[in-house]
Amino acid sequence: MAPPTFQVQDLSVVYETDSGPVPAARRISLSVDRGETLGLVGESGSGKTTLALAAINYLPANGRVKQGASRLNGLDLLRLPKREMPRMWGSRIGLVSQDPRSAMNPTLTIGRQLDEMGCRHLGLGRREARDLALAMLGKMGMSDPPSVVGRYPHQLSGGMLQLCAIAMALLTHPEVVILDEPTTSLDVTTQATVLDVLTELKTELQTAALYITHNLGVIARVADRVAVMYAGEMLETAGVKALFARPLHPYTLNLLRCVPHLGAGARAERPKDGKASGITRAAAAEADASGIPSARLASIPGSLPPWDDLPRGCIFAPRCPLVMDFCRVSRPPLVEVEPLRWSTCLRWQVLLSDEGRAQAVSVETRAGVPPLVEDTRSRGPLADGGLQPSQEAVSVPVLEVKDATKAFGPARSRAHVKAVDGASLSVPQARTFGLVGESGSGKTTLARVIAGLELPSSGRIFLAGESLKPSVGARGPHMLRRLQMVFQSPDGSFNPRMTVGRALMRPLMIMNRLDRKNARERALELLEAVRVPASHFDRYPSELSGGEKQRVAIARAFAGDPDVVLCDEPISSLDVSVQSSVINLLADLQEEAGTAYLFISHDLAVVEHLSHRVGVMYLGKLMEIGEVAKVLAPPYHPYTEALLSAVPVPDPTAASKPVRLHVSVSSSLGIPSGCRFHPRCPRYLGDICRLQAPPWRLSDGRVIPALAPTSAAGPDRPAEAAHSISCHIPLEELVRLQGAG
Amino acid sequence: MRGFIARRLAFVVLTALLSSMVVFAATNVLPGDVATMILGREASEQAKDELRSQLGLDKPLVVQYGHWLGNMAKGDWGDSLSTGQDVRSVALQRLRNSAMLALVAFLMYVPLGIFLGVVAAWRRDSPLDQVISTGSLAFIGLPEFVTGVLLIALFSRALGWLPASSAIDPGSGFFTAFPSLILPALTVSLTSLAYVVRMTRASTADVLQTDYVRTARLKGLSTPSILFRHVLRNSLLPTVTVVAAGVGWLMGGLIVTESVFNYPGLGRLVLFAIQRRDLPLIQATTILIVVIFVLANLVADIVYALLNPRIRYR
Repeated sequence: MAPPTFQVQDLSVVYETDSGPVPAARRISLSVDRGETLGLVGESGSGKTTLALAAINYLPANGRVKQGASRLNGLDLLRLPKREMPRMWGSRIGLVSQDPRSAMNPTLTIGRQLDEMGCRHLGLGRREARDLALAMLGKMGMSDPPSVVGRYPHQLSGGMLQLCAIAMALLTHPEVVILDEPTTSLDVTTQATVLDVLTELKTELQTAALYITHNLGVIARVADRVAVMYAGEMLETAGVKALFARPLHPYTLNLLRCVPHLGAGARAERPKDGKASGITRAAAAEADASGIPSARLASIPGSLPPWDDLPRGCIFAPRCPLVMDFCRVSRPPLVEVEPLRWSTCLRWQVLLSDEGRAQAVSVETRAGVPPLVEDTRSRGPLADGGLQPSQEAVSVPVLEVKDATKAFGPARSRAHVKAVDGASLSVPQARTFGLVGESGSGKTTLARVIAGLELPSSGRIFLAGESLKPSVGARGPHMLRRLQMVFQSPDGSFNPRMTVGRALMRPLMIMNRLDRKNARERALELLEAVRVPASHFDRYPSELSGGEKQRVAIARAFAGDPDVVLCDEPISSLDVSVQSSVINLLADLQEEAGTAYLFISHDLAVVEHLSHRVGVMYLGKLMEIGEVAKVLAPPYHPYTEALLSAVPVPDPTAASKPVRLHVSVSSSLGIPSGCRFHPRCPRYLGDICRLQAPPWRLSDGRVIPALAPTSAAGPDRPAEAAHSISCHIPLEELVRLQGAG
Repeated sequence: MRGFIARRLAFVVLTALLSSMVVFAATNVLPGDVATMILGREASEQAKDELRSQLGLDKPLVVQYGHWLGNMAKGDWGDSLSTGQDVRSVALQRLRNSAMLALVAFLMYVPLGIFLGVVAAWRRDSPLDQVISTGSLAFIGLPEFVTGVLLIALFSRALGWLPASSAIDPGSGFFTAFPSLILPALTVSLTSLAYVVRMTRASTADVLQTDYVRTARLKGLSTPSILFRHVLRNSLLPTVTVVAAGVGWLMGGLIVTESVFNYPGLGRLVLFAIQRRDLPLIQATTILIVVIFVLANLVADIVYALLNPRIRYR
């Protein structure tokens, strides 16, 4: 049998740093054959990018290959002298990196950057190289390659730019291509299209591909085989179907159970609400088989082992629910436990049974953690604001947004953009309103308007029926206390020179008017409630991990017993295993404190998991709004339909739904006339979509014209109806189209 | 791009106007009475008054300013109070000399500085980088009269290759004057080189860390293509601004160098005018220098936009 196209054998990489050598990848072997895709999965710090770059003999100055070989069709790249590598890179080895915005040179046109490949590696003249580049872009399904090559990177959308970067990497038909999180920075609909193009092209060229990602859904869609990395070592490798169906390492199993699966059911229909839908019941059945309640995600306690103190035994042992004494004795090798399946786990056989799997999944419970009760020490303003949690109160919206509009740029100029246009929504107590949309949809702007950080151009916001002043500065401490926000990046939301304890005490002293002693006590209680050790009280934010920082940010938001917390992508900067514990925490706190959430995310599965109602935004307008199960079942708004079919599901056997949006060429943010979605709509009807704003179609059959102010439409406004869609296509027609599709 | 240049040009005009006001106001609050200066301390009050009304000095300042600005625009820059020469022809003559010197110096230190900066960044922390970085820094510290005198001692006294004095004849052409320009230009270059080297080195080092340079390297491009096509375009952006500020200084600020070499440039003319309280000459030379500064920055903005498509296409 011929050797595989690309083969890494026993590779170890060390970084020399000021604080000593860091063994970033240890004794890793893998192989990829022609036309095959090996998915390399791991969280941050797993060493997957280091491994890939070391394997193609490209390491930073302080990086060193300690041992091992990396063969490309028999040729050991690591034995080649440095000066020979430029002849290999680009011609026989391709690379696509994560963010095309930073990976393409901003001062050169796309054409020039593509031409270089042909000129350098294929000995072509400028004109021939350009013809080749155009042909390649055409092959990727671009409608107008000549207009693309003339542009600079900033004039192209992220998706189009990444398609160009892929074309560049594959232009010379390399034998192996490294794809380093190529779709992570893209929107989900764009990601779906880019993945389709990539898969097609790779199959046609028979390239061996090493696909690096943290996203299990993407892996399920693109990979033939999967290798799972953790803390610089490989723990498991198997064919994609086998791995997802029956992981044979507890880390892999936990990783799979950390992410909410789209269609697994929402909190709104948990059994206690007594109306589980079809999907939920199926999911619940599946969950029961593995012994995990669907409402709670698995999470992996602990953190990566420190580089200077790696465990002697299994690298995952300190965090493993199945750990036994013999796991800690010596490092278990990766062995072929079943035909074509390798795992380092000594107890892999446990994972073959349902009971064993249930035992291997770590689900944090709230047991032992004191519930977050309303603070009794507060004096004064708490009494006038705090809502008492009760069944009847659920019907009264705690947060209500009426026709909020936020425009940027001078009126009547081309730069005038309505980032949010007439958004109305309401959130009852102890409920979550999920706001989904891609980048540029205006969801963050809307949250900032509600928080008072941006002044709305028009519209009103009510907190428990009380009208809120537009500016945060005018709202006064007791209003601030009742409406809090958790931001995407916990790094940016803490003063790096203020300890965790002080950051928590300040709002308590200012908004709740506690004295120093009581504030300290309460701050410690809050830390305990979010499961951050009390020893972190006197630490600075930089000494905390990302997940801990976000927990502290949540604790701070809850410091004043808020009625509403606005969560703006609170988990998207976190690793998968940490994400799930933050999601669980948010759900627990909501149950204990009766807080309402506005939960913003681009991740539909997370939104489904946490929300009771959902709004889908596109270019500043709400397109669809309603109860989560209704929004995620037909009839869909055509945009929701496209979003749903684009979400990569971590199940390689799932049939791919073929609704695809084309990738827009330009990066400019022009807002289309009529229905804003019409230029990309797969269900475009004709002129009516282009010329007229669509009406709201309510699930009870009523149709509210677009021009009528939503607040004037009576009690059953779109914002409050069970389900409303803003589309020219009647609901019955949508059901017919989507049922068939 | 056209709109961009038009906007910048309007800005140039506005800056020139504002600075003319400042210059006019400043020269009017200078201590000393013009009439006394012209006629001497012994002149009678009546004679002084007559002169004042003759010169328009009794009118309100705003009217005087308008009058003066109109004359400047028409090309009538007045006569020097100390030498009686036509200010315009003297100033433009000196401007031409300064431009020649600036051109030679500019062609010496800008390309060299950029080259050394790129090399230092490419071989960062190597002995070569240390030599370039500390070497160029050493010359910032040395005053121009020290470097100038050292250069004269070496190239003119010891070796006898170049003239020690650069007192060129008025109206001599560039090539006749060229040998006299080398030493002063070298003096200025040694002082300015370090700014360009350090700026280029810092920005090149940043650009070398970017993802798109990694992309270029992993495309297998040759080192020259990476450095000159991919890196330099981006790393020159901050350097352009520093270089532009240097141009204004080259044209009007070389008072020490021009004095050491006895070179008839604009800098020495300004010094002369201030020492003599020669108001028309001060006003004309100062405004000239301001306009040069602003124009140099305009050119810098245009070069910046040419290098940076994100500004060019807005």
